[in-house]
Parts: sequence; C-alpha cells; structure tokens
Amino acid sequence: MQTSNDILQAVRIEKTFPGTRALDKVDFHLRRGEVHALLGENGAGKSTLIKCLTGAYRRDGGTILLDDVPVDPRDTFEAQALGIGTVYQEVNLLPNLTVAENLFLGRQPRRFGMVDARAMNRRARDLLADYELDLDVTRDLASYSVAIQQVIAIARAVDLSGKVLILDEPTASLDAHEVAMLFRIVRRLKAKGLGIIFVTHFLEQVYEISDRITVLRNGQLVGTRETSSLDRRELIAMMIGRELAAEIHAPRAEVQEGPLRYRFRNYGRKGRVRPFDLDVRAGEVVGMAGLLGSGRTETAELLFGAHRADSGEAEIDGRAVDLASPRAAIRHRFGFCPEDRKTSGIIGDLSVRENIVLALQARRGWTRPISRAEQNRLADHYIRALDIRTADREKPIKLLSGGNQQKAILARWLATEPEFLILDEPTRGIDVGAHAEIVKLIEALREKGLSLIVVSSEIEELVAYSTRVIVLRDRAHVAELDGNRITADQIVEAIAATDERRTS
Amino acid sequence: MTSFFKLYFNRLLPQLIALGLIIMAVSLVFPGFLNIEIQNGRLYGSLIDILNRGAPVVLLAIGMTIVIATKGIDLSVGAVMAICGATAAAAITSGHSVPATLLITLGVGILCGLWNGVLVAVLDIQPIIATLVLMVAGRGIAQLITEGAILTFNDPGLIFIGSGSFAGLPMPVVIWLVFGMLIAVLVRRTALGMLIEAIGVNRQASTLSGVLTPVLLNAAYVLCGLCAAIAGIIAAADIRGADANNAGLWLELDAILAVVVGGTSLLGGRFSIAASVLGAIIIQAINTGILLSGFPPEFNLIIKAAIIVFILVLQSPRVRTAFAFLVPARGARNPSERAAK
Amino acid sequence: MKPKYLPLTATLVIFLLGYALCVAQYPNMLSTRVIGNLLTDNAFLGIAAVGMTFVIFSGGIDLSIGSVIAFTGVFLAVVLEHTSIHPLIAFAMVLAIATLFGAAMGAIIHYLEMPAFIVTLAGMFLARGMAFVLSIDSIPIKHPFYATLKGLYFKLPGAGRITLIGGLMLLVFAVGILIAHRTRFGTNVYALGGGAATARLMGVPVAATTIRIYALSGLLAGLSGIVFSLYTSAGYSLAAVGVELDAITAVVIGGTLLTGGSGFVAGTLVGILIQGLIQTYITFDGSLSSWWTKILIGLLLFAFILLQKGIIFVSRHRQQRA
Repeated sequence: MQTSNDILQAVRIEKTFPGTRALDKVDFHLRRGEVHALLGENGAGKSTLIKCLTGAYRRDGGTILLDDVPVDPRDTFEAQALGIGTVYQEVNLLPNLTVAENLFLGRQPRRFGMVDARAMNRRARDLLADYELDLDVTRDLASYSVAIQQVIAIARAVDLSGKVLILDEPTASLDAHEVAMLFRIVRRLKAKGLGIIFVTHFLEQVYEISDRITVLRNGQLVGTRETSSLDRRELIAMMIGRELAAEIHAPRAEVQEGPLRYRFRNYGRKGRVRPFDLDVRAGEVVGMAGLLGSGRTETAELLFGAHRADSGEAEIDGRAVDLASPRAAIRHRFGFCPEDRKTSGIIGDLSVRENIVLALQARRGWTRPISRAEQNRLADHYIRALDIRTADREKPIKLLSGGNQQKAILARWLATEPEFLILDEPTRGIDVGAHAEIVKLIEALREKGLSLIVVSSEIEELVAYSTRVIVLRDRAHVAELDGNRITADQIVEAIAATDERRTS
Repeated sequence: MTSFFKLYFNRLLPQLIALGLIIMAVSLVFPGFLNIEIQNGRLYGSLIDILNRGAPVVLLAIGMTIVIATKGIDLSVGAVMAICGATAAAAITSGHSVPATLLITLGVGILCGLWNGVLVAVLDIQPIIATLVLMVAGRGIAQLITEGAILTFNDPGLIFIGSGSFAGLPMPVVIWLVFGMLIAVLVRRTALGMLIEAIGVNRQASTLSGVLTPVLLNAAYVLCGLCAAIAGIIAAADIRGADANNAGLWLELDAILAVVVGGTSLLGGRFSIAASVLGAIIIQAINTGILLSGFPPEFNLIIKAAIIVFILVLQSPRVRTAFAFLVPARGARNPSERAAK
Repeated sequence: MKPKYLPLTATLVIFLLGYALCVAQYPNMLSTRVIGNLLTDNAFLGIAAVGMTFVIFSGGIDLSIGSVIAFTGVFLAVVLEHTSIHPLIAFAMVLAIATLFGAAMGAIIHYLEMPAFIVTLAGMFLARGMAFVLSIDSIPIKHPFYATLKGLYFKLPGAGRITLIGGLMLLVFAVGILIAHRTRFGTNVYALGGGAATARLMGVPVAATTIRIYALSGLLAGLSGIVFSLYTSAGYSLAAVGVELDAITAVVIGGTLLTGGSGFVAGTLVGILIQGLIQTYITFDGSLSSWWTKILIGLLLFAFILLQKGIIFVSRHRQQRA
C-alpha cells in the first residue's frame, strides 16, 4: 500500500477523549495530485483525524509520514510550515482586515520598517490572479461573499504550505455556481500535484470532484475505495452502517394509532426549511432522516419556536396555536432536546438538580418556586429512573459524561410532563450503554401516549423506534415512509435519490 | 436546616476570614477599634462606623451582584446615585412630603435601571457599553436637576434616613440590613436566583428551556437602579444635600470590586448577596482601618489594589487549574457539594 | 464608499456641522485662536486617547489612564522639586515607568486570562495610590525648563498659536495613524480585535501583541501626564480623575467599535475635537451650564452606539442575502 506516490500517510492513528475513543487505529493515505474525499456522519471522527493531521490535536498513537518523512506537528503553524494547509467551513480569516492583509498577515512586505501597502496589494492581486479572482484587495474581507472568502483562504493556505490542502466542508454555504468555481480551482491545484483532502456531506460533490473516498464511522476506518467503483447506495451504507440495523431492530409490538393531535400546514421559514406539512398522532414517533444540513435540525427548531415560522399554521387538537417562542411551545407542553448539548442544552455550572427542574420552574414562573424538597424528589426520581450516573444531585452538570448530560436534559423535559417531545440527535456522542437506554426510553414514552419527533443521523436507530420516517434533503421534506416501508434500505434510497442540487 | 446554614457558612468562609484578619490587624494597631458603647440609646464605635459608612457601597453591591450574575455589569450606578440624590433633594425642597419624595426618587432609580435594561436585553448591546451612556450623561442630568448647585435641605424626615437611628443602629445600617435580607429572601425563596444564574451561565440554553430571559435581564438592571436610588437617598440625607458632582463618584468601581471580593465571578452564574455585602464591608473596613491605624490614608488605594490583584490571581482560570493540580481535593471545596454529603 | 468609513464620516460631518452652527451663532469662534486653544486644551486627553484607541481596537479597555497621568505629574513635580535631575531625564524615567506599568497589565491580562476591565481597574487604584504615596498635595513645578517649553509655539495667521503640547498631540496622532495602518503591529492589533482565536490560528503573536498594546497605552498615558504637567505647571495626585472615561467616549464618538477590530485613530482626534467644541461653545455662550456638556456627550455616545448597531445589523442582513 505504501508507495512513494503517497504524499501523506497516516498509519494507525489513535485519539482518545475522556469517555470516548474518537479515532481507533485509523489508516489514511493521500496521493500526490488526487482529491480524496473523507466521509462519515457527525462523530465519525473526520474532524478529529483532520485535527491530528494539522496538529490542532496531538494524536495518542500512530505515525504520520509526509513525503515519506515522519512528522509530528505540534500546532497548526508547524503543520503549515511542513506543508499541510487547512481551510475550514467557517472561514478562518479575519473579516475586519483587508483581503491583502489577510493573505499576508505576519509576513507583510516592508520598506523602511513600514508595511509597504502598495507592494503587498500588488502581490495579493498577483496571487489571486492565479485563482481567477480579480478584486479590490484593499477592501475588507467581510465585503466579499463566503465563496470568495473561501478562495482567499485557499490561496493563503496553499501559498503558506503547498503540499497538502485540507478542505473541511468548504462548500456548505455556497450555491451551485460558486461550487463550480471552487471546483475549477481545486482541479487546477490537483494538476499542480497537491494532495487534497475534501471533507463534505454533499455526496454529488464527492462524485463530481474526488478520485478516492475514505469512510469513517464511530472512530473507525470503514474503508478506502476508488470513487469510480463505488456506487452511491454502497457509499451511504458504508457511512451509516446499515448492516447493523438487523441487530438493533427488535420486533416491535403492534402500535396503536392514537388520535391525530398536531397538525402543521405549509409550515416553514425562509432560509431555514422549505414549507412542509406534518401530522403527528398521540403515541407516535416520527423520525427525521437526512444528511447533515438537510434541514432536519431546522425543522426541529421551527416546531419548538426557537425560530419563528414565517409561513403556514400550526394546530393542536384542532385549535390553531401560535408557536412564536420556546415559551409558547412549552405552554402547549412541548419539549426540546437540542442537538448541541453544550451551547444550547446544559447550564454547565448549575447542578444536576437545577438542570432537571429548570424547564418546569421556568414554566411555573419565578414567583412560584418549586420547594427544595420537591426539587430533590424530582431530581432523585429522574436520576434513578433514567439511571443518570452522578455522585450526587448537586454535582455541576458539566462534570458529567455526555450520555448522562443528555439524560439529565431529557429529565428536564420529562419533569414538565410533556405531550410533544422533540429530540435532536439524542444519542450523539454518547457511549453504547447510554445509547441503548435512550432508545428504550423513547419507546417507553411512545407507549405512554406521547408524540415524539426524533432527528437522528443513525438510520438503524430510526428504523428501530420510528412509527413513521420523514426524509429530508436540501432543506425540504422529500419523502415519508411508514409501516413496512421503514427499512434502512428504503431510507437510504430516499436520501440518496439523486437530487437537483444544481439549480442553475 | 442545619445543612443549609453550613452550606451558607462555607460559602462565606473566605470573606469572613478576610474580614476577621483585617479587624484583628487593625485592633492590634488601634486598640480602641473593637470598642462599642451606647450613648442615648444608640451604638457608637469604629465597627458601627464601618457598617454605617459602608452603606452606599453595600447597597450598590447588592444590585451589582444580580447584574453580574446575569453576565452583565452596570457602570452607571454611581451616576444614578447622583441623579437620585438630586431628585430627592429637589422633590423635598419643592414641598413634597417625605413619602412622596421617596416614591419619586425610587421611581427615578427604577427608570434609570429600565433604560439600561432595555439597551442590554432588547437592543442587545454589550452591558459595559450600554451602561457607559448613563455613566457619562448621568452626572450631567443630576446637575441639571440641582441646577449646578449643591441643593441642601433640612427636612428632618429625610435627614433621619441619613443620620437617625433605629433599635440602636444607624438608619443606613438598618436600611441595608433590611433591604439586603429582603432581596436575599426574594431571590432565594423564589426561583429568581436560580433562573438568573441559569441566564448568566448559558443564556441560549435558558431561553430554550423557557426562561423569560429578556424580562429577567431587565429586572436585574431595574433592581440595580433601585439599589442605586436607595444609596443615593442615604448619601444625600447624610450630607443634608445633593452634590451632583461628587455623590457616588467612582462607587460603581467599589461596588464591582465588592462583588468580586465576595467571590462572584465576573463571568456570571453563581452569586451570593451575603458574600457581596461582606465584600463591601471588607472594603470599608480597609478604608476605616487604614485611617484609624495611623497609616497615611494615601496607602489606602495601594492596599486596595493589592487586594484586588490577589483575588484576581486566585480567580484566574490558569491559576485555578494549577491549584487544582496541586491540591486534588479542591473539587470537594465546592460548598454545595460538601453540604450534600 | 466603503461601509467602514461610515462612522468616521458621520463623526466628521457632525463636527463640521457643529462647528458651522457655532460659527453661525458666534462668528468669533471661527479663528485660529479658538482652533489653537482647542488643540492646547485637549492635548493631554488626545494623547492618552490615542493609546486608548489601540487598546479598544484590540477589543480591550484601559481604565488606568487617568491615574497614570496623575502619577506622572506628581512624580515629575516631586523629582524636579527635590532633586536636581534635568526635566528631560525625569521625562525619560517616568515614560519608562509608565510603559512598564502598562506592559505588566498586558501580561497579567494575557497570561492570567483575566478581563482587561478588572486588571486595569486594579491598575487604576495602584497608579493613583502611588501618586498619593509620593504626595497628597498639589506641588507646583517652577523649573525654568518648563517655562522654556511653555514658551515654544508656532504662530498661526491670526492671533492663534499651536503650542508645543498642541503640536505634540498632532504628532502623536500622526505617529498613531502610521502605527495603526502601516506596521505589522498595527495590523496585529486589528487582528486581535477581529477575533483572538482566529488571529492566533493565523500566526499573530497574541501574547507579545497584547503586552505591547497595553505598554503603548501606558507610554502614551505617561506622555499625556508630562503634557498635563506642562499644561498645569503642577503635579497633583487628585488630577485627571476620569480621563479614561473621556478618552473612551472620544474613541467611541470617533467611530471605533467598542467591541474591537474596527475604527480609525484619526476618528479619535475628531472625537476629541467634538468634545472640545461642545465645551468651547458652552464657554462662549456663558449662560449655558456646564452639565449640558455631559448630557450632550452622553447622547452622542448613545447615537453612535445605535449607529454602529445599525451598521452591523445591515451588513449582517446583506451577507445573509448574498
């Protein structure tokens, strides 16, 4: 395998974080002059691998060879100096500096000790000319579109490093035309002999630009294939591990259809998710499937009022309701476990007890405090019922593991006795044991007659507990599966159905 | 209930030790420091004096604690004191009764707080900038009210607030004791305290959990304005006049300092009103102590600076990490955790 | 026009409009004498504000400026009264002390990861405390060299004159503009204000830059202190209280974002001149009370915060649409 044609070789890379093994002996080989797609769902280990390559993380084990020479970058500068440059989705340039300053920050040409702005701007223009860009380099970076900023970031990275270019989700916020421009540049760099690692979740783009594909899942290498010999369905199966589905999918008891309770018509918000119709019955789990960026999280946030819908109406039990804010939704007995636990879920410094009673307390209002005894009772009850592993209920929640934090947030909503529970990636980044418990909990809640919306990137998990699955793509609801049609195959089929991303 | 007091005591221990050390040090140099005597049914002595003179900063620190707990800051409290002092003087001299004067003044303080609150919670302006506006303009407004002069008054009712006594204690002390307990009970016996801490730690998560963030943020600044109003009345009543230029001058910094000395983090979250009150008393004890010990008062600021630097260093995340490394059991020093065991 | 020039332009327009209004009412205000006095009277504030501008560019704040000015004044007065050290050497000494003082605050801010607000607040107490320790009285400075320096001026057509300190302020502004826009350090300062984490990723030496920013602010506060002592011919530990507030106000009115990363040193000069203009007008008027200065400046501050909020909102909106 290790031919000298490889510009970068990463062998048996290991990285462990407290509680999780983020990378488990992963191999990765990058050839000169190839575009190599690195794929996997969230938490698969893509970004951890990239951070190990760029020195943002120190790996715990394994070797990295660059041009057959072992390297061990301690930070991104060292990686850059060695020849590994990175461009992220969030453009890591400074919006308040000019284009030229961004390109030459720290190495501005000087005359008599002063920055020679004229020379710097000229060189910036020359550099960008190679990238088909002819722009006013004295303007602030922020005055240009994200696509242009992206190209400027690439120009800077290539100018600084020049061997390996890592593109981490560079196209996430670009339109078709801009993607085409970016790909022209990528091809040109490839022709120059650079090795390019391309991380994305847009599969069409993978097929359009990449020569080879490496798939990671749960921190492990699934495989590296030639793009031309890997069909789309096989690729998705590699990414989401459909073969596991059979193991988890226990035969489900006959589901009793409850009455229709929640009705959303033409519900949507510009720029987030296209208007959709959605009916949810009591005792039903509606799964939301789709790749990252498909509009699944946006749907969840819209239903909870975290963002206000700008079209359509919502009805509960036949009565029109206005879900303008989380408070309004909570009044109607909605609950919402957000995707990003750390920034939107837990209140880190507060105790497990306070985190559990927070939503209930907020709904009651500050004038009607829950007595300390009642708080203790609630906290103890849910710590026991959900098996939240904590030394005691007064421990700050930030000290708990991910799975236990997730259970505590679930407990926060269960304490409000919700009737409509929206869970966004409830099993993300938690260990296997907690994972199974949360799946069981979802089923138990359904049996109690709750209506649930569950967003998940784990297809087999959706198959296990959903009574119905909505498939999303390109910020729109594109398919609905129910009954016997809820199989991993069908879901994968619906996600993979070639879509018309290229709108132009 | 005992565990509740134990928890409370543990939280306040560092401040109590600091205060104890300062009092001990001063009483060594100035033996009369601890003497308290009763004259005409009223307590006199250096310790009482500290409590009395510390009243404005104590009151400001109470409001500031709540604002800082929400991850905010209020730079305008000194200026609001001046505005409210001027309002009180103007109201009483224009013939209003004492209760009416007090109501008007407190109303003005609430209005000032509302202004800050709207800028922070509704317009979403950084607190330090939002409150800077009133800090700059406030003294001008106060002078506008007093028309530049020191507006004196001699209404015995109003003066009583500054120099009268109740149950042997000077009125200012009675006021901050009662008010402080009232606020402490208000935030701890209702859910206000917890919700405010939740906002300070993670505003987004709190909003998603249904906490009424804008209203509570506003309430915090309004409370801060109310505290400044009471402090302003006391300061004016003490000198029997409103000095728009000097009333409450730089006291916002002392109040912030008191909160920091009290161990509430400037990054928001967990707060303790009692600790902030102790922080304010510590600052006043240092001031008075230096004066009485015969040290030249010019050392006052240097000692103050040294204390802040010391507390800063202790609170610094880096130093804490190093400290936690050296003393692994430090985790157990979290008072709530200890109390629960 | 590039949107980043909008606040600066607004400031300039407000100043010119204000000046035109003043002149319309009091034609006497259109004279080189008024302009010369405007520069002289605000020299110490302007010099200190240049340092504050850099601090604010980087997203920080420096509350110690006024105290450092007072300390410098007292230090000079004490040294010149009690020793035979030449004022120039005393100047060098006090500038070194002020610079080191600023650098130390910068180091604490960076290495202990403490908010600049609290660190410089401690610095404010410390510097004023040091001034108190040196002397609590106002000490006059009668050194003949001071008289010489005060006698230096550049005569303008008309009765106006640009004094040494007024000229020095303009010089400091010129150098400040050069540093901000024509040095790597200047770009690094803006970079820090644009986002410390990104700046670090892009190779900005964050520690060195932070320390230098506060050192520069300290240096200029020291220089401002020298100018203040020339202006008042005295050193007094209670002097220059609250100058930091005036400086921050001038910076914000000058169109600089308090959140850092954007603004112009030249804007601060206009901000200083606007504040000076309001005071001059009130002096000319004679019947208006001084407190209107504060209220007007507060209103201006509010207007500029709203303006900047609006610009950010509009540009974000535009970006979302793009």
